[in-house]
Amino acid sequence: MEFLSHLAIGFHTAGTLTNLLYCFIGVFLGTAIGVLPGLGPTATIAMLLPATFTLPPVSALIMLAGIYYGSQYGGSTTSILVNLPGEAASVVTTIDGYQMAKQGRAGAALAAAGIGSFFAGTVSTALIAAFAPILAEMALKFGPADFFSLMVLGLVASIVLAQGSLLHALGMVVLGLLLGLVGTDVTSGTQRFTFDILELADGIGFVTVAMGMFGIGEIVRNLENEEQRSVVFAKITSLWPTREDWRRMTPSILRGTVIGSALGVLPGSGSILGSFAAYSIEKKVSKNRALIGKGAIEGVAAPESANNAGAQTSFVPMLTLGLPSNPVSALMIGAMIIHGIQPGPPVVNAQPELFWGMIVSMWIGNLMLIILNLPLIGMWVRLIMVPYQFLYPAILVFCAIGVFSLKNSQVDIYFMGLFGVLGYVFSKLGCEPAPMLLAYILGPLMEEYLRRAMLLSRGNPMVFIQRPISAALLALAVLAMCSVLIPAFSKTREEAFKE
Amino acid sequence: MIRGTKDFWAGLIYIFFGASAIIIAQDYAMGTAVKMGPAYFPSLLGGILVAIGVVSVVRSFIVSGSPTGAFAVKSLSLIVASVLIFGVVVKALGVAISLPLLVLVSAYGSVHFRWGPTLALALGLTTLCIFVFLKGLGIPLPIWGTWLGN
Repeated sequence: MEFLSHLAIGFHTAGTLTNLLYCFIGVFLGTAIGVLPGLGPTATIAMLLPATFTLPPVSALIMLAGIYYGSQYGGSTTSILVNLPGEAASVVTTIDGYQMAKQGRAGAALAAAGIGSFFAGTVSTALIAAFAPILAEMALKFGPADFFSLMVLGLVASIVLAQGSLLHALGMVVLGLLLGLVGTDVTSGTQRFTFDILELADGIGFVTVAMGMFGIGEIVRNLENEEQRSVVFAKITSLWPTREDWRRMTPSILRGTVIGSALGVLPGSGSILGSFAAYSIEKKVSKNRALIGKGAIEGVAAPESANNAGAQTSFVPMLTLGLPSNPVSALMIGAMIIHGIQPGPPVVNAQPELFWGMIVSMWIGNLMLIILNLPLIGMWVRLIMVPYQFLYPAILVFCAIGVFSLKNSQVDIYFMGLFGVLGYVFSKLGCEPAPMLLAYILGPLMEEYLRRAMLLSRGNPMVFIQRPISAALLALAVLAMCSVLIPAFSKTREEAFKE
Repeated sequence: MIRGTKDFWAGLIYIFFGASAIIIAQDYAMGTAVKMGPAYFPSLLGGILVAIGVVSVVRSFIVSGSPTGAFAVKSLSLIVASVLIFGVVVKALGVAISLPLLVLVSAYGSVHFRWGPTLALALGLTTLCIFVFLKGLGIPLPIWGTWLGN
């Protein structure tokens, strides 16, 4: 029973008092910041990343993972109570969740989200434990061309899933790849696009870019509509779902978990695709489909389960291939590198404590979340009510100090400001920053794999379609791209984002 | 006549970045497809980006899009300025002065700005940061900076 012995290693690592404590701190801080309206997981992790630098690697990653699902969970609380989604994945939760809250059923909605998330988290943790080693084994067969094609697939997925115009998502991806090349070229040692600025030799840190585009850009964006922000919401009465609720939400949770786990593994998608897909499937197959959109518990339970399952399984490509599938895992990979761990297939076998410890801690963290959230909901509600004019200066303070602490240099603060301007301007122009950040971290990797692949094939670009793995991945990418161009699908895509 | 302002400006930004990449990369070695030099991948991406930019600009003359909307110039400049000022003065004035400055300048960007609560916020955040980040996590920033005799 290899599966069980792996889990035993995990429980041994994650179950130490220190790691339990860091898991708790991560989950707690993640929820606390995640419930704040307008702050999604990416900004939360970027802000708290520097705080983990002094920890041992395993504890740091356990804490970061805790921050991630904690902030995602906190985000759904906000979506339900005040109709302000913190990130794309909880957009669909606001539809039925907020309706339920308005009908005085906020408690049941929160409970459905919590129970669904916990169930999905448990299943997807088991799935990761079962399949990650097999995938890591497979990943060892990946050649440079295959890695390159996998990254192409990841970027195409992020383009397809981006809101708004496809052309601009594509533009942002290429721009991100390009900006990622700033710094010293690994192969030749040439300083590229550094304008003789010493601090640019290592490139612009992705945390700096993330804080600028997601932190500062988002703050200015929020200040635009400052007066329309509502903090009026329904009172929470009974948290425990009725028997009728249980009966209705159980199949939805099951469906959401399956869909979310499967789609979360796709590079580039993370939890977004799962929650959208789960919601639209609910609208088609649920017994109460007529009620969905008007405050049905199915419309909360399914996307929330999918969202959490996807968040967990999106760690699979990160842990086994070392490839980020969304900005959050890009940040986690950055954290691993800072701690001297090169993410990739060898991690599973070479550092079983790290790998299994992190996976088991995800399950423990989910358990903590449900204990933490349902009884303590009153405290989170008070946090949501903090007026934005006090919130954003605090966010700026944490961003400024955090960015400084990366390299103990002010130059990163200036770049954060610059990327803040860029992020704001781009969002005004309808260009979403998420695909750009993913491309930003993939830029240097893609160049490296392209170089190696071309060197091995002696300059023959056909290598990308001659290798079966690479060809299959590229075919998937083409398929994903075509699916958007087919009128029927692109219409549902638009509708999904409009809601 | 420009019908889609968003497409137009985004297109120009792409062209700017793409063209800059190609022009700057001229200084680096191009290499060949087999042995790519440092200029190869950036030039390739720059070319693609310029092409996307051109498509976007052309589209802006054909397809009408939603208007860009007013830019929040005041909030944007105050918030970015607050961060930049912090970066410039943090070592010279120390956290005890530059953090409240960051809070005050950025908070002024809100329509709900009031002196009293903002000063209290500045004081609270500064104390918190000194204890958590400087004392607790040991981030090497001075509480009082070099201009103040330290």
